[in-house]
Amino acid sequence: MSVLRSMDKLPDLNRATILLVGTEDALLQKLAESMLQEHCASELRVHLANSLPLPSTVNRPRIDLIVFVINLHSKYSLRKVEECLSHVDSSFFLGKVCFLATGAGRESHCSIHQNTVIKLARTYRSPLLFCDLEVGSFRATMAQRLVRMLQICAGHVPGISAVNLLSLLRCSDSTPSKEL
Amino acid sequence: MDENVAEFIRRSILKIPLCEMKTILKAWNFLSEDQLQTINFRQRKEFLAQEVILMCEEKCARLDDMALLDIVCEDVDLFDMKWFQCSFKKILQRALRNVTVSFRVDGKNAVWIRIAWGTQYSQPNQYKPTFVVYYPQTPYAFISSCHLKSNVPLLHQALKVASKHHQIVQMDLRSRHLDSLKAIVFREYDQTFESHNSTVPLQEGNLGLDMNLDSNIIHENLEEKERIHRVTQETFGAHPQPQLEFAQYKLETKFKSGISGGILADRKEPLRCLIKFSSPHLLEALKSLAPAGIADAPLSPLLTCIANKKMNYFKIRDK
Repeated sequence: MSVLRSMDKLPDLNRATILLVGTEDALLQKLAESMLQEHCASELRVHLANSLPLPSTVNRPRIDLIVFVINLHSKYSLRKVEECLSHVDSSFFLGKVCFLATGAGRESHCSIHQNTVIKLARTYRSPLLFCDLEVGSFRATMAQRLVRMLQICAGHVPGISAVNLLSLLRCSDSTPSKEL
Repeated sequence: MDENVAEFIRRSILKIPLCEMKTILKAWNFLSEDQLQTINFRQRKEFLAQEVILMCEEKCARLDDMALLDIVCEDVDLFDMKWFQCSFKKILQRALRNVTVSFRVDGKNAVWIRIAWGTQYSQPNQYKPTFVVYYPQTPYAFISSCHLKSNVPLLHQALKVASKHHQIVQMDLRSRHLDSLKAIVFREYDQTFESHNSTVPLQEGNLGLDMNLDSNIIHENLEEKERIHRVTQETFGAHPQPQLEFAQYKLETKFKSGISGGILADRKEPLRCLIKFSSPHLLEALKSLAPAGIADAPLSPLLTCIANKKMNYFKIRDK
């Protein structure tokens, strides 16, 4: 099973599962811990992966949201994420995928231009978030946002679905592209 | 005393050249100072041997003592510290009238040399000395940087002649830590200490991850992490790495392209690039690259061969 599909498993009652994909374990671990510290009505599960496809031997719940973490300081992290994208079924890209770029605060260490990740997110029609995961307060705020997004994607928020959220987020994205 | 032991000792003594006889018997440390003083070292070897055998009989020499004498004889390059120091100093002083040379013998296996350089017309500059640490039992000497590059060939010449070697070669290995240089050159870093870390199976906290901290966090790629950990251990070992600050790679290559012609392809001079890695502890940093998810494991052999090849300055050319 080399491609992640969004609807191939039944959801668990009140459970929301997020998959964080990125090369640097330390960052993923910190983000996961911050997310679990949030108060949330749903039962959260965080899966961490360095690359896709995921090992098929494991029995895992349905994944509600995938976040691809790219470190702007490392071309290696971008390359690995790009390689993963082909292992994700297109149905995920209807609001259940998001890109997270970290490290933009330290401009001198950045070896990836911000436009590169912006273009990547635009190609995959998915939102792009910027956050310096190394900084505690920024990470906590981002964790809050991701938990809210996850709840929506898992269907735990009545009246709004993943696709709704995507179109809402896209509205704010499209104006800058017109200016360009 | 056993007949065989006596015979062996007699034959050993006959094999020793007369000029080294006194030094070897002293190094053997079996006969006492007084006894050594009574021996006439100018007589014929057969009689000398007989004298020594008689003394050995009085002291009841045994198999172990005989074996020890054999070992001392084998150590042919008996290093003469005084001669080394004398000849080293003379060579430098003959070339540069003004030079200060001082020696300190550190234990039995190292001699520290301090050289303050002057010229024919000026006094030695005591504030910019060069230090050399020479290990006589080995063909290695460690030299600190010389502020006057023109003195370096002279220093090499002096070391070469005083240590009775034919050639001196400069290694491409530099660091600020003498202990680390020694560890690499004498391969001392490979000795694993008595620790439980050497053959431990996958455990919590071993990979630097708090895996059981929260059961709601699941790591998907455990197998891959284990593989990376294993490959890293195989390449770098479980022991702490010697401390180096830099690794430098000079690359010379020609531009290759499918399209023939073009400015770069026609260029006769090779293209030159320099890549320098610097870190307070370079080898530990390289070792942590793959586990931290910054590079693939296994790393490039150019990075992992540093300690093995005893080099951290490389010149890479097209074959």
